[in-house]
Amino acid sequence: MRQFLLALLAVIPALAFASESDIPLDEAKVDLHNKASLQRGAQLFMNYCLGCHSLKYQRYNQTFEDLGIPEELGQKYLQFTGHKKGDLITNNMPAEEAGKWFGNPPPDLTNVIRVRGKDWVYTYLRSFYVDDSRPWGVNNVVFPNVGMPHVLQELQGVPTKAYEERMVDGEMKDVYVGLKSDGSGRLSPSEYDQATLDITNFLVYMAEPMKLEQRRIGWYVFGFLLVFTILAWLLKKEFWKDLK
Amino acid sequence: MFKRLQEWMDARIPMTKTWNIHLAQYPAPKNFNFWYLFGVLAMLVLVNQILTGIWLTMNYVPTSDGAFASVEYIMRDVDYGWLLRYMHSTGASAFFIVVYLHMFRGMLYGSYQKPRELLWLFGMFIFLALMAEAFMGYLLPWGQMSYWGAQVIISLFGAIPGIGDDLTLWIRGDYVISGATLNRFFALHVIALPLVLVILVFLHIIALHEVGSNNPDGVPIKHPKGSIPDDEKPKFKFHERFTKKYDIADAIPFYPYYVVKDLVGIGIFLFLFCYVIFFNPEVGGFFLEPPNFEPANPLKTPPHIAPVWYFTPFYAILRAVPDKLFGVILMFASIVLLALLPWLDRCRVRSIRYRSALHKLNIAMFAVAFLVLGYLGTQPATPTSTMFARIFTFLYFAFFVLLFFYSKREKTKPVPERVTK
Repeated sequence: MRQFLLALLAVIPALAFASESDIPLDEAKVDLHNKASLQRGAQLFMNYCLGCHSLKYQRYNQTFEDLGIPEELGQKYLQFTGHKKGDLITNNMPAEEAGKWFGNPPPDLTNVIRVRGKDWVYTYLRSFYVDDSRPWGVNNVVFPNVGMPHVLQELQGVPTKAYEERMVDGEMKDVYVGLKSDGSGRLSPSEYDQATLDITNFLVYMAEPMKLEQRRIGWYVFGFLLVFTILAWLLKKEFWKDLK
Repeated sequence: MFKRLQEWMDARIPMTKTWNIHLAQYPAPKNFNFWYLFGVLAMLVLVNQILTGIWLTMNYVPTSDGAFASVEYIMRDVDYGWLLRYMHSTGASAFFIVVYLHMFRGMLYGSYQKPRELLWLFGMFIFLALMAEAFMGYLLPWGQMSYWGAQVIISLFGAIPGIGDDLTLWIRGDYVISGATLNRFFALHVIALPLVLVILVFLHIIALHEVGSNNPDGVPIKHPKGSIPDDEKPKFKFHERFTKKYDIADAIPFYPYYVVKDLVGIGIFLFLFCYVIFFNPEVGGFFLEPPNFEPANPLKTPPHIAPVWYFTPFYAILRAVPDKLFGVILMFASIVLLALLPWLDRCRVRSIRYRSALHKLNIAMFAVAFLVLGYLGTQPATPTSTMFARIFTFLYFAFFVLLFFYSKREKTKPVPERVTK
């Protein structure tokens, strides 16, 4: 069976390899109730990400409504693509051409959180580093050989891999200790963490826009079921008294 | 007024008679326990699947271009579409949970034994139809796992010598999984297989009500005419269809007693069901797999293809065998052997309560093997996990072989004449 699966793998020209890496992920402490964070995330996404990555299963007006953004403001400050307010959040990136430019067409990100998880996305956004061997001059720790440039560089600055000399097995060695920005960005490291957390939060919302409503209804359903089950149990007791 | 309506109806269709035979005057053993809940729950889930399925169909687009987007449309734009979809996706997994428990109940209490062989076979056909239904339904969201899972499973038929390649071509309607496959799977999923399922469930219940339910003691509640003293007969009126030939003992009418009891069970089940729907629809990637939120891409193989959890015990058996054809044969054998249980078990005692320690151990071994295989099937194959899969595949089949040999001369405990409380 394994040979068979391997054969299957070989037959299909796998154009894209989302290489998995074992880097521990940082926890993204997202909060769907934090409207300010969601709005900042939306703003960052529309400015830095939407040029290449669409959210094509979700509509603008739904997003504005859920995030508490008045429609006129949303259309003025968050809609750059000339769409109507009820349109899906698409972009003008031609998939075929983009495939040639980046190696792969940039994926739609509507459900990226459900595919990869919030912690992965959060860590990924903070894991670019300078690597001159790559076409865009950057690489990513959690997504080796990633096909995209570091679009948030003007915010974060230029991050490089930092090493420290440490004693390993009785030898002095350079050990990778994390990434360090050169400080040329507009944001401090903690501000950058917050900005990427906001984007992550926005994408968490995007993956499941119904989540808060779902939870809210869920508690009512539990309440109903509690009453139903107690009444059913009392009914059962009443009927089964005859059998004693 | 209703009295006259009832008479009018009864003169034209056996309404009251059917109600009495199957519910109000149907004798059910008085000692049903927790395990006897899962048949009712399976019916509840079936109704849930059919109803939510109808509404999902109203917005679903069965084309390779439109399928994935239409599911997202249901999730985001259709009012309470997410609720319908989660009820359906959770229902699929819940169906298998309750059906597996229902089948295991049958094994514990020997419910497949004479005269319930056909009842058991109808049940096995329901299980097969359910697996086909679930498999085809899983392709419809047109996600990565839908696509590649179907690719792997359909290609299994290619292992059949001679006709294999033509057969897979015939099933897919194309050289790869494509819109043609999606379209026919949609037709089978929403019309053909639900129809088959409902008919089989009907036959299952007709067969059940012909022979009567087994019970945790495995002793009959029908006794020869005149063998039960009048003061020990139940005080209820049962339909003459049941009392004409037999004395019925230790029974209560299904309605109202088991109806109200099942309502409590249904309430508790719904707590769990709704917890998943409203708070945890993915169940850690087991009910909804993460790669399935990415649209199907024929050019990109996911690093690890695993079927949904309810197929994984059989998938693990398939993977445990180095030879593809033999693996497929063994996988089907693992289901066929279950269907043959009425003839493999040659013991006259039904319930595990009165059977030998060896039998108890054997059933426990089977349950453990099934669970471990289910776990292994979800994991990527490594040399260690393949070794374990082989051991537990061996134990799975050993259950049936051992049963066949020891059951003929099993040392059983004395079986009571009548149902105990």
